[in-house]
Amino acid sequence: MLAYLIRRLWQMVPTLLGVVLLVFVLFKYFGGDPAEILGGLNATPEQIDAIRQQLGLNEPAWFQFWIFIKSIATFDFGKSWATNEAVSNLFATRLPATLTVMLPILILDVLLALPIAMWVAYRRGSLTDRAIMVVTTVALSISFLVYIIVGQYVFGFLLGWFPVQGWTDSAWRNLIIYAPLPVLLAVMVGVSPQTRLYRSFFLDELGQDYVRTARAKGLTENKVLFKHVMRNAMIPIITNIGLALPSVFIGSFLIETFFSIPGLGREVLLAVNRSDYPVIQAITVYLAMLTMVINLVTDVMYKAIDPRVVLK
Amino acid sequence: MTAILNPHAAPSVGPERSEGVWAAAWRRYRADRVGVLSLIIVVMFTVLIAASALDLVAKDWQKEVGVPNAPPTFLGPAPPEATGVIEQPKGPNVDISAIDPLAPKYAEWAERAKAYATPDTIKAETLPLGGDRLGRDVLSKAIKGTEISVFVGVLAALVATFLGTLLGALSGYLGGKVGDFFEWLYNVFEAVPGILLIFAFAAVFGRGIGTVVLILGLTGWTGLYRQVRAEFMKHRSREYVRSAEAIGASQVARMFKHILPNISHVILVRMGLLVVGFIKSEVILSYLGLGVGIDDVSWGTMLSEAQAELILGYWWQLVSATAFMCVFVTAFSLMADAARDALDPKLRGLE
Repeated sequence: MLAYLIRRLWQMVPTLLGVVLLVFVLFKYFGGDPAEILGGLNATPEQIDAIRQQLGLNEPAWFQFWIFIKSIATFDFGKSWATNEAVSNLFATRLPATLTVMLPILILDVLLALPIAMWVAYRRGSLTDRAIMVVTTVALSISFLVYIIVGQYVFGFLLGWFPVQGWTDSAWRNLIIYAPLPVLLAVMVGVSPQTRLYRSFFLDELGQDYVRTARAKGLTENKVLFKHVMRNAMIPIITNIGLALPSVFIGSFLIETFFSIPGLGREVLLAVNRSDYPVIQAITVYLAMLTMVINLVTDVMYKAIDPRVVLK
Repeated sequence: MTAILNPHAAPSVGPERSEGVWAAAWRRYRADRVGVLSLIIVVMFTVLIAASALDLVAKDWQKEVGVPNAPPTFLGPAPPEATGVIEQPKGPNVDISAIDPLAPKYAEWAERAKAYATPDTIKAETLPLGGDRLGRDVLSKAIKGTEISVFVGVLAALVATFLGTLLGALSGYLGGKVGDFFEWLYNVFEAVPGILLIFAFAAVFGRGIGTVVLILGLTGWTGLYRQVRAEFMKHRSREYVRSAEAIGASQVARMFKHILPNISHVILVRMGLLVVGFIKSEVILSYLGLGVGIDDVSWGTMLSEAQAELILGYWWQLVSATAFMCVFVTAFSLMADAARDALDPKLRGLE
């Protein structure tokens, strides 16, 4: 187990180096000149030169790459160009808001999609099954934007059930007053694709021989479904949740923009609009690291669910 | 030998010849009623898009043909607003021509102005699907927006398909060091969450239709790459490829003339899924201002205008953009699903 972990961590190094290289090349050779972005419209050539000197832009490319790697390794990306806020501080203050909204969404999505998917897979070909498949297809083809625009208008403005937008410093008030509407809308959108996906996983398992065997030896349908089918279908489902986890950390930038939630997603979007390179670079590199770690954790979890899985 | 070369020999194409993969797929496709219906809808949209691209319809989408926020025709014109009348000052107008320095020129200017005919535009009270805040026809905008959104989606899918196929073919067929390199590249692109990758590219490349196509194409090739690679690995040691090698076909010919046609159905199915995904991404990017420019219209820019209009009760732009998008995307997804089932039943269930 330990040897496996060490080897997997070792294998991450080239990938991570690739991500760093990609970000570096992208911003160095395709992006605008940082000195001109920082200097603004009225900067004199001397000022631009001074900024170049300060950022090390006059050094050779390999040295700049080395500076970049050092800033990643020391977790010091400096300050945001737009607000002069330390990037690390930016992460620390924006992440809680993102998690307050995104974690309930992820949990509710899974909790709702699992039983629906199992039900329609069990009743495959029935009217319910086909109706749900049609509804989800149509629901999927409407843009997320429309759900948010209409939902905010109807529930927040017309009916007044929820505040249209807002946020406070108190985590508890955020969770019970300001988070419910965004969570509700995101879950409405997220349940459709989840259900379709989980349905296909359950369908795969329901066709297996062990299901027939379990029924033949007289197990109740509940036992067959919840004990045998469920456990086997968990492997692809866990993979899928693992894949969805990294995006939880940038949050749904659309939700955060619409509801003025001061989270990471909104911050990334602001950074893109302001050409705030340090923020974008930092978040890209760290999220890549996080994604790799989550993938590793997912793989280890397979072992817990399915003893047949051999980690190698 | 002579027997084979005999030109008078019976042609090998006879009734016993089994149908090809495309003919078989088409037969299966025709049996799928939902698939046929969605195909018809998609073809109708294609005609509409072609007409719009050729300026046959929706050419004047930027013209302000109606009154601002003109309601749809079936609702009838908006009731006149009760505007408070400004009280006219009583008493005679004060004659200030004695001290007005411009007074002597008024007559001359009026004379000169007559040389220019100003067409008296009558703004329509209602439009078929209503008007936006400038009085532009929402129907024309929706048609033009369909053209741009679908165009971006299809073009980006072509870029991604080209990249994914080329890299997947090289990686799967050649293997070894080349394969390792592309696998590394794939891992790098997969390690960054998709939307963040799009943002990073958008931050660097700027705005515009071409840029959106490029960004989506450059970030969206990974899924297709993976599948094409697997197919090439499977096919490279098959007999027909070995035979091609034996008769001296070059590596490039073996890859793209022999193997590629045999896996083209897999690529086609994947591409259909990409189009749907990219259209949705374009809508969101345009909404956020990272997509098409202000001189163009797409479903995304329509939705972003619609948000402010909805609060004032002008719902028609939102509904039109949503309806066009919903019908097209649903039909296209169902068509892609049917094509997948017809072409490769093994892929069933793939989202």
